[in-house]
Amino acid sequence: MPLSKKDVLKVGALSRIRLSEAEVEKFSTQLSGILEYVDKLRELDTADVEPLAHALPIHNVLREDVPAEGLTTEQALAGAPEAAGDYFRVPRVLDEGAGA
Amino acid sequence: MHSTHLTARALRDAIARRELSASEAVAASLAAIERLEPQVKAFLSLNPEGARRRAAEIDKRLAAGENVGALAGVPIAVKDVLCTADGQTTTCASKILGNWKAPYDAHVVERVLAEGAIVVGKTNLDEFAMGSSTENSAYFTTHNPWDLERVPGGSSGGSAAAVAARMVPIALGSDTGGSIRQPAALCGVVGVKPTYGRVSRYGLVAFASSLDQIGPFARDIPDAALLMRVIAGHDPRDSTSVSARDQPVPDYLAGLEEPLKGLRIGLPKEFFGAGVDPEVQAAVREALRIYERLGATLLEVDLPHSTDYAIATYYIVATSEASSNLARYDGVHYGLRAAGYEDMIDMYMRTRSEGFGDEVKRRIMLGNYALSSGYYDAYYKKALKVRRLIRGDFEQAFARVNCLMGPTTPTPAFKIGEKAADPLAMYLSDIYTVSCNLAGIAGASLPCGLTKAGLPVGLQILTDVFTEDKLLRIARMFERETDWAMRAPALAGGRS
Repeated sequence: MPLSKKDVLKVGALSRIRLSEAEVEKFSTQLSGILEYVDKLRELDTADVEPLAHALPIHNVLREDVPAEGLTTEQALAGAPEAAGDYFRVPRVLDEGAGA
Repeated sequence: MHSTHLTARALRDAIARRELSASEAVAASLAAIERLEPQVKAFLSLNPEGARRRAAEIDKRLAAGENVGALAGVPIAVKDVLCTADGQTTTCASKILGNWKAPYDAHVVERVLAEGAIVVGKTNLDEFAMGSSTENSAYFTTHNPWDLERVPGGSSGGSAAAVAARMVPIALGSDTGGSIRQPAALCGVVGVKPTYGRVSRYGLVAFASSLDQIGPFARDIPDAALLMRVIAGHDPRDSTSVSARDQPVPDYLAGLEEPLKGLRIGLPKEFFGAGVDPEVQAAVREALRIYERLGATLLEVDLPHSTDYAIATYYIVATSEASSNLARYDGVHYGLRAAGYEDMIDMYMRTRSEGFGDEVKRRIMLGNYALSSGYYDAYYKKALKVRRLIRGDFEQAFARVNCLMGPTTPTPAFKIGEKAADPLAMYLSDIYTVSCNLAGIAGASLPCGLTKAGLPVGLQILTDVFTEDKLLRIARMFERETDWAMRAPALAGGRS
């Protein structure tokens, strides 16, 4: 299935990736080529096949809820582009005066 | 003494006997890196001071009569997708992580350090392990030590090249669709992709969580077995790592030299089809003749879903998982935050657009497309169904044979730039390796020849889940009969 430029822009937005005009052009051609290849899977009758998300049996692994040492706040914030006090700093999310 | 030409175990033994110090071993490794790195470019970062300091400590402990461990004094390189808390950056070869320094060691890094290994540096890769040549690294491309105009393979190309160039005897990589076995084949070294769940992924930056597995690079099978023994085993911090009760870790070195009697080798006819380079085909056929001479029986088997369909399945499953895993790079917690943004969403978009390279963008978008409303059933769910068929192929094959063999890659190392503009052509270089990850089984590549142009050829061996002991024994049978593992590229002082 070919991917239109509009599709590419939509999936770019879903991916939080902004694309230039040239990128939209390039990715729509490349992604269409890949999807055309992937369409081979349609040749296979899988009506009675159960999906397999994990190759091996995966089950919940639980442990006792015992407090243990983790990263310190300082360590956790050490790689952050911006921090303020004990917090990650992000751009304003709510408008002035908004909120409850 | 050219200690860089010793295997890890010979080096460790020489150090233990005090014929050589760990400091000398590290100095020799760093000298080889200094000499060859301008041409090979295997490393994203080096830690010479840290390595020398650690070597001195190990020498002191050895002098005091301490048992330092199974890798005491052995230099090792670590793919830069594994976290290290030694002050080196963990970049995943991406601009988006920039100068990020991990606050903890990956499980496998803890394990090799606990056994006395010395991490000399972190190796180049395709950005976030997405690629087959290291050309997708945001920093530079690694060159194949056998022919500097060619790629080392990928994504663990830096680790493979560092071992091939005799910079280090062993290295760690990760394999999501062939990222250990393919570069091992192209660089003429041994690479092992363990069974899913055999090695903890704690501290491995996630690409596709149901496929990723960490494994060893080495120059020969006993060194790979040694490193496997160190890194395999349960870790409560990775809930997919199997328990010691369900799957105890065998001693991969015990029995390694005993050939397997009555070995039945399956040859998937899909792995010998059109598109295999004639010289690759010839080298693999010659390897099979050696196995026959050793008493093995060759049987043709069918893996009808495990080449083209596997690539198609892989590029849906892996990209879907990646689109979710890479959502964490949002300019908030670590690494890059783009400048000049207007609001939160704009900050995300600018950061990710500037921080990710083209291949990563392609895969995130492909994954989000496959998971998006209206396409989920047609792509993602369909791929998971085919994944079951692929696993079924292997289950049926392993009911008849002990292992499967074929070429690791359809061609020897290709030229830098040759496939860079065509993502699909690049994906197809993994055509024989991806099905192993989708099925979760064990696989290895070992050197089995050189082309007329002097490029290495890899033999791939696949065995059922949690049979790495058998896999390594089978590989060793061939290795003992040939000297391919001893060959070194000319630039590292070998005969070419």
